[in-house]
Amino acid sequence: MSIIDTVLNDFFWRALIGGLGVALIAGPLGCFVVWRRMAYFGDTLAHSALLGIALSFLISVPLNLGVIITSVILAIALMLFSRNKTLATDTLLGILAHSALAIGLVALSFMPDVRIDLTGLLFGDLLAMNRNDLLWIYGGAVLILTLLTVLWRGLLMSTIHEELARVEGVPVERLRLLLMLMFALVIAVAMKMVGVLLITALLIIPAATARRLASTPEQMAALAVVFGFIAVVGGLSMSWHLDTPAGPSVVVTAFATFLAVYGSAGRFSTRRSA
Amino acid sequence: MSEALAAIENLTVRFDDRPVVDRVNLSLHRGDIITIIGPNGAGKTTLIKAILGIQAVTDGRIVRAKNLVIGYVPQDLRLESTLPLSVKRFMLLSGQPLAECHSALARTGVSHLIEASVHHLSGGEQQRLLLARALARKPDLLVLDEPAQGVDINGQAALYDLIRQLRDELNCGVIMISHDLHLVMAATDKVICLNQHICCSGSPADISHDPAFIETFGRPVAESLAVYHHNHNHSHDLHGNVVGADHSGSTSDHGECHHEHH
Repeated sequence: MSIIDTVLNDFFWRALIGGLGVALIAGPLGCFVVWRRMAYFGDTLAHSALLGIALSFLISVPLNLGVIITSVILAIALMLFSRNKTLATDTLLGILAHSALAIGLVALSFMPDVRIDLTGLLFGDLLAMNRNDLLWIYGGAVLILTLLTVLWRGLLMSTIHEELARVEGVPVERLRLLLMLMFALVIAVAMKMVGVLLITALLIIPAATARRLASTPEQMAALAVVFGFIAVVGGLSMSWHLDTPAGPSVVVTAFATFLAVYGSAGRFSTRRSA
Repeated sequence: MSEALAAIENLTVRFDDRPVVDRVNLSLHRGDIITIIGPNGAGKTTLIKAILGIQAVTDGRIVRAKNLVIGYVPQDLRLESTLPLSVKRFMLLSGQPLAECHSALARTGVSHLIEASVHHLSGGEQQRLLLARALARKPDLLVLDEPAQGVDINGQAALYDLIRQLRDELNCGVIMISHDLHLVMAATDKVICLNQHICCSGSPADISHDPAFIETFGRPVAESLAVYHHNHNHSHDLHGNVVGADHSGSTSDHGECHHEHH
C-alpha cells in the first residue's frame, strides 16, 4: 500500500502510468483509424475538444465529460452531414475541425474568470497528471478494451468490406457509432497527455509503425501498443533528461521509432509483409 | 415450382426522385440462374443491393424465404493495404469452421493460397476467394456482382462454368450481374435486360431476338449473339417512344418502354 502511495505521489510515475494506459487503448483504436482512413476525422474530433472544455466551464461539468459530449455530438453531426454528399468529406472535416477549435478559443476568451493553461490543452501536460486523470484513463481503458474484444470480428469485417459485412448480418452502422464513441473517449483521456493538436499522432504513428512488422490484424494492434509504450517511456526520459515538453517528446519518440522500423525493415526484408 | 427464395414485387428505388429501379417484378427459385444485363447506370447494382437487403426501397416489396442464407460475391475486394490479412483469416472471419473454409477454397480452386496475403492475389484469384467465402456459408441464394471482373477471358469461362456447377451441387438460386454478354448467353437460364425497368427478359436465345434487347445493345451485338433474329416488330424514336409497334406473340414483357437517350 505504501509503495503504491509512494509511486502515485511522484509526478513522474503518475505520468508514466498514465501514458502507458493511454498507449494501451491508442494502439488498437489507432489501427482502426489507419485501416478506415479516419486520421482527419480523429483530428476533427480532437480539435473539437477545446470547445468541449469551454462547454464544461459553461455548464460546470468535469472537463473529460464535456469533451466526450462535444466529440460525440460532432461525430454524430459528421455522420449525418456526410450522407448529404454536396461537400467532400475532407472539406467538411476541415471546416468543422478548425471552426470547432476557433469557437473553443473564442468561447474561452469570454470567460475571464477561468484560469486555464492553453498551452497545456493544445500540446499536453503529461507531467501534471493527477490521480483523478489516472482513474479516467484506466476506467476508459477497461471499457474500450472490453468493447474491442467483444466487437472485434464485426468491427474487422465491417472495416474490410462494409457491404459484405452487412449482408452477413453485422450491424455496421451501430458498430461505426460505437467506434466513434470510443474515439471520443480516447480523445478525452489522451488530451491531458499530448494535447488536442497531437492526439492523432499518438493514434496513427504507433499503428503505422506496427503495420511494417505485422502479418495479422491482431498482431498489428498488439505491436501498436508496444510501440506506444516505447514512445511514452522514451518521450518521458527525453523530457526528464533534456527538459523538453513531455507531450511533444512522446510524439517525437514515436516518430523516431517509425523511421527506425521502416528504415531497418526495408533493408533486410523487402516488401515481405506488404 | 417450389416456394420462391425471394419474390420482388413492384420494386422501385428512387435517388432524389429519379427512379433508378422502376417497378421491377422478379422471383428467384432454387436452381435458377438469372443474369441481369443492361447499360451503365441501369440500376443493376441497386437492384441486387435491394435483394441483399442493404439498399433502402422506395416502393414495392421483397419477400424472402424464411431463414434464407445469402452468399454475396461483391464486385471486388478493395482492401486497404494497411490492413494485414491472410486468405485464411479472411475466410475465418465468415464465422465458419476452418474445415468448412478449406473445402470452400478447394472447391473454387484456390486452396493452395490459404496462407497467402489477400493483397497479393490476382484478379481471378480474388474473385475465387470471394466466391469461396460466399460458399462457406452454404447459401440458398448466391448473389454475384460482376463476378468475372478483372479475370482474363479463359478464366471468365471457367468461372461461369464453376458457378453453374455450384448451382447444381448446392441446389441454390443464382442471380448475377454481368457485362460479358457472350459468356452470359452460354451460362445462364434466364436473362433480364434492365434499364431502370425490365426491358425484356427470357431465355438467352429468345432475348437476343428481342427488339428491346437490340434497342439497348445495338444490332451488331444482338446479331453476333443470335443465330438469326426476326425483323423486330417495333422501334424507338429519339425520345424513346415506340413507333410502328406491331406487338404480337413476343416472349418479352415490353409494354411500356421509356428509354432515356443521352
